[in-house]
Amino acid sequence: MSDSSQNNNKPCNQTKRDLIKNTAYVAAGVGAVCAFLPFVDSMNPSQDVQALASIEVDISAIKQGEEKKVMWRGKPIFIKHRTPEEIKQASEASNSDLKDPQPDSDRVKKGKEQWLVTIGICTHLGCVPIGGQGEYKGWFCPCHGSQYDTSGRIRKGPAPKNLEVPPYEFLNDTTIKIG
Amino acid sequence: MRLLSFLFLLLVFNFNFALASSGNATNPTSALHPKQQKWQFDGIFGKFDKASAQRGYQVYKEVCSACHGLKLLSYRNLATIGFSEPEIKQIASEYLITDGPNDDGEMFERAGLPSDKMAGPYPNEQAARSANGGAYPPDLSLIVKARHDGANYVYSLLTGYQQAPDGFELASGKNYHPYFEGRQISMPPPLVEDGQLEYKDGTYATKEQMAIDVVNFLQFAAEPETEHRKKMGVRTMLFLLILFVLLLIAKKAVWRNVK
Amino acid sequence: MTNHNDPNQELQDFHKIHLDSEPNQSKATAWLNSRLPILSTLENTLKKHPYPKNLSYWWNFGSIAGIALLVQILSGLFLAMHYVPNTKLAFESVEHIMRDVNYGWLIRYIHAVGASMFFVALYAHITRGLYYGSYRAPREVLWWVGIIIFLLTMATAFMGYVLPWGQMSFWGATVITNLFSAIPVVGQSIVTWLWGGYSVDNPTLNRFFVLHFLMPFVIVGIVLLHLVALHQTGSNNPSGVPMKSKSDAIPFHPYFTIKDLVGFVAFFLVFGYFLFFYPNALGHPDNYIPANPMVTPAHIVPEWYFLPFYAILRAVPDKLGGVLMMFGAIALLFFLPYLDKSPVRSGAYRPLFKKFFYLFILNFIFLGWLGKAPAEGWYILASRLSTLYYYAYFLLVLPMLPKFEKTLPLPQSIDQHYKQNH
Repeated sequence: MSDSSQNNNKPCNQTKRDLIKNTAYVAAGVGAVCAFLPFVDSMNPSQDVQALASIEVDISAIKQGEEKKVMWRGKPIFIKHRTPEEIKQASEASNSDLKDPQPDSDRVKKGKEQWLVTIGICTHLGCVPIGGQGEYKGWFCPCHGSQYDTSGRIRKGPAPKNLEVPPYEFLNDTTIKIG
Repeated sequence: MRLLSFLFLLLVFNFNFALASSGNATNPTSALHPKQQKWQFDGIFGKFDKASAQRGYQVYKEVCSACHGLKLLSYRNLATIGFSEPEIKQIASEYLITDGPNDDGEMFERAGLPSDKMAGPYPNEQAARSANGGAYPPDLSLIVKARHDGANYVYSLLTGYQQAPDGFELASGKNYHPYFEGRQISMPPPLVEDGQLEYKDGTYATKEQMAIDVVNFLQFAAEPETEHRKKMGVRTMLFLLILFVLLLIAKKAVWRNVK
Repeated sequence: MTNHNDPNQELQDFHKIHLDSEPNQSKATAWLNSRLPILSTLENTLKKHPYPKNLSYWWNFGSIAGIALLVQILSGLFLAMHYVPNTKLAFESVEHIMRDVNYGWLIRYIHAVGASMFFVALYAHITRGLYYGSYRAPREVLWWVGIIIFLLTMATAFMGYVLPWGQMSFWGATVITNLFSAIPVVGQSIVTWLWGGYSVDNPTLNRFFVLHFLMPFVIVGIVLLHLVALHQTGSNNPSGVPMKSKSDAIPFHPYFTIKDLVGFVAFFLVFGYFLFFYPNALGHPDNYIPANPMVTPAHIVPEWYFLPFYAILRAVPDKLGGVLMMFGAIALLFFLPYLDKSPVRSGAYRPLFKKFFYLFILNFIFLGWLGKAPAEGWYILASRLSTLYYYAYFLLVLPMLPKFEKTLPLPQSIDQHYKQNH
């Protein structure tokens, strides 16, 4: 359009026309973008999926030394009731022993060190490790031989990181809420 | 002209047959039009009467749920009509939900959670029919949308029971109802007397009150998005109206060039 | 004024008109165009191609129908991310969309109301064509491609309505697929083949979903053909007098871009009114009852846009006869360019034609109303008379009108017509 370079020479009503025209186009554009947003949001987790984003687990039945597995957001969760020896082993490891240094105290709740809650997915390529196995008495991943200790930390094998600790809190002594 | 007269006569002759389906003049079988009520959720600014809908849930729970399911709703949906999270947790936990199979391969029952769908009275349609003389008490999740003029229809159904007129042949197991198509309904009147239940908020539960409240609840059950939809509607229409005027002005301005 | 009745002359004159346009090619544009002339084609269509300057708002409905198609594809795509085409899960999956998917209710209602709006636009677009003689030479092929779009859209809408698996979905599918059994000898085999079973059931639902997803993209392709055919002949206009010189024409941009935008927003205003405040007004409550093969609804009714053809179907007491008359009502449209032999193209200059045309429109609407009524009493006779007029309009009225009608004098040119009305 040739008039764009001749703004200064245009009569007043021509620039007014342009203003109205451009306002209208911009408003239409804004409308179109706003109209698209609900479609994008429809791909986000739906309300029923979000409702299961948190779960409450009753841990009263898990005896010392036992582990319970639950599903959370489609992933397995290991809830381990650790024995005093397991807790001791976990707290004694030094940083030089650890591939992904992290003190045990960072991975449990204060005053509830006997409870270890981790996502049961090997940080290597996603298999589910087996509990109570391996050199470090924690978990052993059969896929490629990763070994985790009693704090769920990677000690040996190809996995780069410790087992992830999901967000969780104690609602009371017998119930935890994950997520 | 003669052709027109002939056609007119044909029309009149055929008109008589139009009345055939509605029984006869003294004992009609076609349903009356539903009684028209004013509802707070009607109109472009419609909103849920949340207090009424909460009472309506109580009516559903204590009266209707004996026979009617509400399987498309989850307990967490009650938040839309104003129930708090602890209240919802409490309500859900009072129900037994079938879950499983467990590690032994068996189905088991557990207390309900907010994320569960509402438990119904029967496991399937066949069980429902078997327990109700062959009639199926419909699930109420969508009843307001599944009937013409749904809210007024449900209200009329609940408040419109009458004695059958003389000479009306009532089949066994059926109840006369002027607002039900065919005028014979399997459901006995569910709202029998004033004070049938005690509302938690202290409102006196007349039959009229219970009917209004349960309709408000069922409207929410069928269309939980009502408030959001209408609010978005008002804003969008306003925007479009302004945009329309702007574009029209712009169009006229651009077309001034065309001689 | 016999000149304009020669379609070849008309095409020649049209192709001679070239509007001014600055040759505004940057280096980058020139590079792309020499390899794929997409930008230059766009520039030609928008700025060089001549459009009659006297087009009325009746010419907006084509682009509005185009927008409606895009809205349906967009909303349908996002619905398909959550919908499950299995008889046990379909109804619930739609309710999952309505209640749990973020803005699912909005997308679902856009799609359902959008289908109705699409047909509003299509019917208005066809009405324009019928009144202004847009189907006449040299636009016969344009018209035929349009009828194909209409048929494909109806097929798509029919299959789409089955997907929610409500009572009307199931029984509408049963009634309409059963029609094919009227075909002699092979009819029942065809129906079994369509169903993929011995009644409308899961195989039917599954294949309807696939086809419903596919057809709109086929329609997009046919719409492109429709636009190419239009490009060849140029648009018709309210006077029916063809474009002959530059003074008759204006470029698409900026005149029709802005005018089309006005049309789109007007369309969205009507759309929005139903979408936000009365989303179920154009639908049927029975479709909120899950499909039950044991219980037939009291009155099986298709969606409103099928009602006139449904009335024609039911007007004939014979099953095969009804099917033939119903499809014939649309097949008839193909012959329109040869049935209307008037020397004048636009209905605006044909006073007698106008009367029969308005009657045709009223009759079509009446047929629609009859399609909803029960097939009893005086409705039956009325449907037959209405069907009779529908056919008579094309087969008797239009061919015979030139013998009786006195047409009004045409404007000398589009330019003159435009100046007269402004």
